[in-house]
Amino acid sequence: MNKSLYDYLILLGDSPLILGHRLSELCGHGPNLETDIALSNIALDLFGQVRNWYQYAAEIHGEGKTEDDIAFLRYEHEYRNVILTEQPNKDFAWVIARQFYFDAFHYSFLTQLCESRDERISAIAAKSIKEVTYHRRFSSEWVKRLGDGTEESRVRMENAIAHFAMYKGELFEETNVEKEMFASGTGADFKVLKTQFDSFTNEVLNEAGLEIPQIDWTQRGGKQGVHSEHLGYILADLQYMQRAYPGMQW
Amino acid sequence: MVERSMPEAEHKVREILATVKDPEIPVLTVEDMGIIRGIELDGQKVKVKITPTYSGCPAMDEIAADIRKALLAEGYEPEVVSVLSPPWSSLWISAEGRRKMEVYGIAAPLEEVADKRALMGEKRVVKCTHCGSMNTRLVSPFGSTACKALFQCNDCLEPFDYFKCI
Repeated sequence: MNKSLYDYLILLGDSPLILGHRLSELCGHGPNLETDIALSNIALDLFGQVRNWYQYAAEIHGEGKTEDDIAFLRYEHEYRNVILTEQPNKDFAWVIARQFYFDAFHYSFLTQLCESRDERISAIAAKSIKEVTYHRRFSSEWVKRLGDGTEESRVRMENAIAHFAMYKGELFEETNVEKEMFASGTGADFKVLKTQFDSFTNEVLNEAGLEIPQIDWTQRGGKQGVHSEHLGYILADLQYMQRAYPGMQW
Repeated sequence: MVERSMPEAEHKVREILATVKDPEIPVLTVEDMGIIRGIELDGQKVKVKITPTYSGCPAMDEIAADIRKALLAEGYEPEVVSVLSPPWSSLWISAEGRRKMEVYGIAAPLEEVADKRALMGEKRVVKCTHCGSMNTRLVSPFGSTACKALFQCNDCLEPFDYFKCI
């Protein structure tokens, strides 16, 4: 098995899986019907993308490994999602700020992966980016709408943007496997990513009339398997059926 | 001999596929949707390549099962595989598919520039499927399924779906 490629695919799938799970928690609890449906649709797109990454990972792994094993039968320290994605839902501004940072990253990241030397990776990226274009548009429109809305919505949006700023640095911290993948033409150039991310987010925040958070440190660890306390609770929920009834089929 | 009989054999398979409906929009067949990406025939063995409209489209498993069932019923040994590249585009929906979609009550996708304006709520370019008015507004860029946005007519006040450009 090509262990580096397997590890890389896990890294690609884990962040959208955990963020998708957080969004799915809002199904039936959104602030109104339209945003409820929108967040569930975004979750659905992310799960579809995750399945593509995990199916490929399972093939690389061999020995009968399946996408379900990868999603449901690993422990916390084996997940490689960024800590941003596991942060809990609070008010709608929090949901949007978390989504906004992730979408801004995800869009630029997938744009680069479309050019990956690995054809399967570039095919999945080219498929995903069409969907992520809608996600990024949705979250940035809401940042502007809330930021430029009432006094109440502006304060909440600004607080959420400031709060999640401490998690965004991890998006650009390259792990060894990501360095290796970039060197071989399979992965992404994180320097370019960071520049694109900053320019996009600053533009939206300016338009929203929100302060751009100045922060020179970051929460980190997720990409190495060291998570915040929240991931364990997510997995307890996410994995319940497979743990209680091993091998159960829908 | 083989050369000449192949297109006819493929035509037969296409006719069977034309009976398989999209479970989410049951007036459209999988051919209308443009999700059939290739057919490989070897005697009774037939391999059908399909591509998802959206990565997470929950109808794909059902569509694959329906294709398998329809071909089995006609004596074929089917295999359905999913391909991702090139990614599906709403431009692949056939003219007949667009017509049926409109009759069914879903506004068909516009070309990309107009679609972007429509989904940003900038321009009134999506026609109401109930009364034909152009005086419509975007309610939400995400609708009842992954592939649709929700619109409302300002004249007849009825809501309707718009199939997004992707």
